[in-house]
Amino acid sequence: MTNLTNEVLMAVILLNFFTLGTSRLGACIKTVASQGILLALLPPMVHGINGHSMVLMAGALIIKGTIIPWLLFRAIRQVRIRREIEPRIGYIATLMIGALITAGAFIFADRLPLLPQHYHSLFIPAALSTMGAGFIMLITRRKAITQVLGYLILENGIFIFGILLVEAMPLMVEAGVLLDMLVAIFVMGIVMDHINREYSSINTEHLRLLKE
Amino acid sequence: MNSVSLLVIILLPLAAAAAAAVSPERWRPLLIPFTALIHSAFVCRVVFLPESYPLEGMLGLDALGRLILLVISLLFLASSLYAVGYLRSHPTWNNRVFIVCLLLFLGAMSLAAAARNFGLLWVAVEATTVTSAPLIYFNRNRFSIEATWKYLLLCSVGIALAMLGLLFIAYAGLGDGSGHGLQIDQIMLSAASMSKPWLRTGFVFLLVGFGTKMGLAPLHTWKPDAYGEAPGLVGGLLAGGLTSVAFLAILRAVQVMTAAGEQALARHFLLALGMLSLVFAAVFVIRQRDIKRMLAYSSVEHMGILVIGLAMGKLAVYGAMFHVLNNALTKGALFMSAGNIHRYFGSKRMCETQGAIGFLPWSTSLFLIGFLAITGSPPFGPFMSEFIILRGIFSGGNLLLGISFIALLAIIFIGMSSTVLTVVLGPPMEEETSPDAGHETFMTIFSPLLLLAAVLVLGLYVPEPLRVLFQEAAELVGGVQ
Repeated sequence: MTNLTNEVLMAVILLNFFTLGTSRLGACIKTVASQGILLALLPPMVHGINGHSMVLMAGALIIKGTIIPWLLFRAIRQVRIRREIEPRIGYIATLMIGALITAGAFIFADRLPLLPQHYHSLFIPAALSTMGAGFIMLITRRKAITQVLGYLILENGIFIFGILLVEAMPLMVEAGVLLDMLVAIFVMGIVMDHINREYSSINTEHLRLLKE
Repeated sequence: MNSVSLLVIILLPLAAAAAAAVSPERWRPLLIPFTALIHSAFVCRVVFLPESYPLEGMLGLDALGRLILLVISLLFLASSLYAVGYLRSHPTWNNRVFIVCLLLFLGAMSLAAAARNFGLLWVAVEATTVTSAPLIYFNRNRFSIEATWKYLLLCSVGIALAMLGLLFIAYAGLGDGSGHGLQIDQIMLSAASMSKPWLRTGFVFLLVGFGTKMGLAPLHTWKPDAYGEAPGLVGGLLAGGLTSVAFLAILRAVQVMTAAGEQALARHFLLALGMLSLVFAAVFVIRQRDIKRMLAYSSVEHMGILVIGLAMGKLAVYGAMFHVLNNALTKGALFMSAGNIHRYFGSKRMCETQGAIGFLPWSTSLFLIGFLAITGSPPFGPFMSEFIILRGIFSGGNLLLGISFIALLAIIFIGMSSTVLTVVLGPPMEEETSPDAGHETFMTIFSPLLLLAAVLVLGLYVPEPLRVLFQEAAELVGGVQ
């Protein structure tokens, strides 16, 4: 099982790079969705097939893999955009930063005071590098939608870490976390639509009326 | 019996929100005071008739939870009347989303106050973010959409980091095999044997995450925008209610650190964030020409005062608990009266609202009194609580800290007074501006009046049950001998 888990985590890390390197929003959404689906497979792989991990898998599949991508696709259809035109930092540069962060995550994870059973597992570096990739997206992209995608990738990274702790988290809380995230994305979608109506674009650089 | 009351407190606002979603336009606003009244009656019952609570499960109320619940409920009750008056002044606007979200917001805050599990607390705090975002956007213009987007994104990311902090704390407990989950009492029982590096890192992430929500500098950047663009009613609820809930989350984290014997580190971080908040507030409040943004920076200041009080321990913690209530009530009154001024003049800039006292005598007087109260002038409540915190600082032998605390508060007082006095007493603009909808009404004056009266009473006399509540709350986070 561990081998398969590690391959899933490797795939998750590679998907990070794809989102950092592409300008097509549709592909980006699909990538984040498939990342969510891969993550949904992890709880039963790690903790065996039981009620708790199956519910978590189903919840993540439905919310991360289906509803959120659908909401985001609807959002880009409404505002009629396909590409992130001008990121603050070029794609090659973001990829390089992403690579550095991933390497850093692997080195750093070995120094953490982990429990013996988690030494040399891919979980910690995968979580750290995915959160890093999410932060890069949040900081370097101008479109509201890519910022939301960055937030989702950040959440995915935290989810990876959370899988290690499934036993510690009551199911009700996990359900609440997923539901909250869904509502947050829903509200962000509405706000994006209104930004588009006000400015005919969802570039967040228009959002600079408020200053001291 | 009390656990039933507790469920009512959480579920009533949700039921009222459902009712608001289907009720006819005309009756909908009345649901707000109606819900607020029942809510606060039940809250007073559980707060002042404390029987034992089942603390092991997901829900329960300790003294900290009771204090925050009381603060939220009283503020909401006072605001509810204003809400009716406010919505009447915008009769053509569709108020369904606003009222539903307002009631859900109350439910989410009540849930956060009663949560005995860190995960549930997190869920409730995140729910306050998504339910309050549509409230900020009620004015539907370019400014408010920008403020809403910043608020939503920054607070969501902040809260995500808080989740990471929770996971770290859960991981810290994995090693000793106790498997405490995220239940607060169980965490505190096993805190001493937890892995310290994970616990400390978890605390830092919790502080950053919930600190963003609370608006501590340097994580406060969404605050002036959101408070500035939100309707005055919402600004008051955010500055008084939501920040108190976020403070509760930080108090919980401090409880865990204290149980683990790591309170020194926690206090270090809290003190640094608190002083930084005072400095930021002092820098930005000077020459602030926008009255609502000025109030937002004042909120940053008071969040700083709260965490400084918490950091100093002993008597100062009692002061901080007292200050939570004072800050909430005073901020509510200030934002509501500022909202009245904003509506009348169609502007919240100092130069366009000069001499407001000639046009809106009640609202402007209340704004002036609120300003005096919040900056710590006697005989109002904030003066007493700030004085207690200051006494705590000096009795701990922190002379330099105490002096800089006073100096920063004085700078903020002077900075705010130049703006407030111009708005209140400055020479009025030549042309007569009297839009029809902007006049003050009984409902939009009575709420802030009530709040300021309460603040005045608190400054002169603290009723015994309240004093006991502050005392018990402070003892939970290492305060009062």
